[in-house]
Amino acid sequence: MTVLLTITILILTGIAVWQITKIFELSQIGLKKDDSQIATEKDNDLNGKLMFAFLVFIYLVTIYCFWAYTKVLLPESASEHGAIYDTLLWVSFAIILFAQTITQAVLHYFAYKYRGINNRKAYFFTHDNKLELIWTVIPAIIFFVLIIYGMITWGQIMNFGEEDEDDLVVELYAQQWNWKARYGGLDNVLGDANVRFLNDFDGKNAVGIDSSDPNGMDDFVVTQEFHLPVNRKVIFKMRSQDVLHSAYMPHFRAQMNCVPGMITEFSFTPTITTEEMRQNSDVVAKVNRINKIRYDKSQKLISKGEEGLDSYQFDYLLLCAKICGTSHFNMQMKIIVESEKDYKKWAVQQQTFSEIIQ
Amino acid sequence: MSASTNISNSNHDDHHHHKETWITKWIFSQDHKMIAKQYLIVGVLFMGFIGIAMSLLFRLQLAWPEQSFAVFDIFLGNWAPEGVMDPNIYLALITIHGTIMVFFVLTAGLSGTFSNLLIPLQIGARDMATGLLNMISFWLFFLSCMIMLASLFVEAGPAASGWTIYPPLSALPQAQPGSGMGMTLWLISMAIFIASSLLGSLNYIITVINLRTKGMSMFRLPLTIWAFLVTAIIGVISFPVLLSAALLLIMDRSFGTSFFLSDIFVQGEVLHYQGGSPVLFEHLFWFLGHPEVYIVILPALGITSEIIATNSRKPIFGYRAMIASILAIAFLSTVVWGHHMFISGMNPFLGSVFTFTTLLIAIPSAVKAFNYITTLWKGNLQFNPGMLFSIGLVSTFITGGLTGIILGDSTLDINVHDTYFVVAHFHLVMGISALYGLFAGVYHWFPKLFGRMMNKNLGYIHFWVTVISAYGVFFPMHFVGMAGLPRRYYTNTAFPYFDDLADINVVITIFSLLAGAAQLIFLYNFISSIFYGKKADQNPWKSTTLEWTAPVEHMHGNWPGEIPHVHRWAYDYSKPGHKDDFVTQTTPIGENEVETEH
Repeated sequence: MTVLLTITILILTGIAVWQITKIFELSQIGLKKDDSQIATEKDNDLNGKLMFAFLVFIYLVTIYCFWAYTKVLLPESASEHGAIYDTLLWVSFAIILFAQTITQAVLHYFAYKYRGINNRKAYFFTHDNKLELIWTVIPAIIFFVLIIYGMITWGQIMNFGEEDEDDLVVELYAQQWNWKARYGGLDNVLGDANVRFLNDFDGKNAVGIDSSDPNGMDDFVVTQEFHLPVNRKVIFKMRSQDVLHSAYMPHFRAQMNCVPGMITEFSFTPTITTEEMRQNSDVVAKVNRINKIRYDKSQKLISKGEEGLDSYQFDYLLLCAKICGTSHFNMQMKIIVESEKDYKKWAVQQQTFSEIIQ
Repeated sequence: MSASTNISNSNHDDHHHHKETWITKWIFSQDHKMIAKQYLIVGVLFMGFIGIAMSLLFRLQLAWPEQSFAVFDIFLGNWAPEGVMDPNIYLALITIHGTIMVFFVLTAGLSGTFSNLLIPLQIGARDMATGLLNMISFWLFFLSCMIMLASLFVEAGPAASGWTIYPPLSALPQAQPGSGMGMTLWLISMAIFIASSLLGSLNYIITVINLRTKGMSMFRLPLTIWAFLVTAIIGVISFPVLLSAALLLIMDRSFGTSFFLSDIFVQGEVLHYQGGSPVLFEHLFWFLGHPEVYIVILPALGITSEIIATNSRKPIFGYRAMIASILAIAFLSTVVWGHHMFISGMNPFLGSVFTFTTLLIAIPSAVKAFNYITTLWKGNLQFNPGMLFSIGLVSTFITGGLTGIILGDSTLDINVHDTYFVVAHFHLVMGISALYGLFAGVYHWFPKLFGRMMNKNLGYIHFWVTVISAYGVFFPMHFVGMAGLPRRYYTNTAFPYFDDLADINVVITIFSLLAGAAQLIFLYNFISSIFYGKKADQNPWKSTTLEWTAPVEHMHGNWPGEIPHVHRWAYDYSKPGHKDDFVTQTTPIGENEVETEH
């Protein structure tokens, strides 16, 4: 049935295109004898006006997208550096939108204004050094400011290896197609690890901890979700056991690739707990929208005799952003940000490496 | 210069006595015009059709995830059980779509068609410096196309690790089905492709430097030739690096070396690889990969420079600034590759360096955009389809280029890296823009290629439907990326958090289907015009450049008599003191005339 429908639609589309072109050609008959296929004054007039209409179209699309889609964007940043990130982002966006609005306007307005008329000669104007200097220097100044601004921010975010005893160290461990997180335990130091140890202890050594390293004995590994204390800096050490992955935590404005054979790093300080974020008005609105969509879908599924969808509750996410094979699209882990007290309570409940291998 | 012209003159006489058979004329031709047509038909139309069709297939999946479609059943067969696309074939489709569009259509197709057609005709040469290498270059390209297409029929599917083929995913057949035979064929195809590209590029460089006609100094060259020359130089510098990366990857895959692999555990087994690094591959890949986007866009910009000047009936504004910006872009393009790797695990200090060089490249790009706009100012614009597409290019080049400010900034890249924001950015700035340049070139030089005119009304419909739908596809896509959705996801339904993106995805897909349909109009126009188009005049667009002084009917050696000599630059449009609004390059400077200072 669908095959038949598709074919019918394809044929009808074909006929429609054919008819439209025929109408277009018929509308030309009698209007002019010239079939040179070179633009006439009439073509110039029509297309020049369409150029102006297209400018309006660009503006309308821009306005519509900002009006309709701003709500899907990420909510306020939940990390300390995220605030500087967002400021730089919106400064850049302001410049982009300004430049886009002006240049598109000038480009399309000129296309409209100077649409060709027979017997008019264009203005012979080959170059103007002063003008060209101006529009080389102005972007240069803007970009230099942006470069310096960006570099300073980058330095603050990557903080080039500064570490403090107090910082929480968490290993994010990637494999096809799931995430694991490892904590240093009481000593907050991660034991040495390598993929060579993965098959030790009948596969119980989930991230390949080196059992000869005493630092690793109190480490614990979690799956599905990991917890972070609020307002304490977390240093993430990323590893991968098979292919490239990328640990992407969009709500914290954080991303770093996980590369087999090396340990990569990223750090941030979470500032908003999961509970607080669930109260955020943008997030509440988004969750309501999503639940409405899910409810509608569920109704359809249930009417077909299938199981409905669960309702959705907001959680911070860790996603994979680097193509990694079949289930790349479903490589996820929940992040729970909570008070230091709750975090400690959760941490002591986890099974340490020494307990697992006993 | 005159010496070399004489040499090519005498060559041409020898040529004439050769007996031409059907095979040497249509298939193994060494004539640059025939090779240009071959590239156009194989590289642009045939491969382009496949590349675009693939994008429509995966757009259907993205808008209506995991639904059954008859087209999937028809085209994907076992890879779409009961018409539902398999995740592995989704990844294969995006990989091959990217590979075909970037390399086969916009590198080989675009440069192959227009460099081959225009270099000899616009500089006043009988043919390319070496027709034999040119022919070999095309047939190597053809072979690589066939191997790439053959990989679609491998049982486990074609390569599926993205067009960037990062190892270890691409290196380990255990990691995904596409990394077996499909990946091997991908690498072989690309190695042959690179050989073809290098032969072509060397030929272009040598021809431009050695075979210019009398009077054609470097600063009298049309900007098309400057763009093709610089593109060829970037190609010669960067493509060999990709070849070495591909060879090392072949070694890792087949001969057990560890250039890119280390400490890998896959399918319950520890592999022997030690000491390599995938980051090394990323460096090698992007050392080509970034210049590659300029290899794609520079010829398109060259084509538009020429078409905008001709159809504005005005000299291109700031001719020397245009050349300087092409050169600046070319130089900078080789030192910015790290902006693809800000979060790859390389030293963050390098991030600062690459942010600096990357944002610098925006300056010559901005100069180019401003110069185009000023060229339109006080012109007498003739809206032929080629002109429309050229203005379209400037528009998308600006829109797409501006978001580069975000992606080129290491800080801002963190949160939009590998999301749909990137997809939207590069499709606008190098995909759509270069395609517009390609279309502009086809409409403009169709009379030169086939001696007939394309239908302009179909051209207008093609243009307007395409520009509107291209905006409809890629503008909303920025928001999908800013919402945090990573690219190369088979579906986003695995994350309820992204459920409210479903509407945008449907909008994007509908526009992309519309854009795809518009290309059928072009295809129809192209094919029917070859046979039934109106016969073209010798110089239909009233252009100044040399190619329009050659006869409409193609002939070996391009000009029947002596090669025309050049007396002025290529942009004497609407010059005061002349009756016509164009003065061909072959017109001597008049007695009271001053040569245009440019």
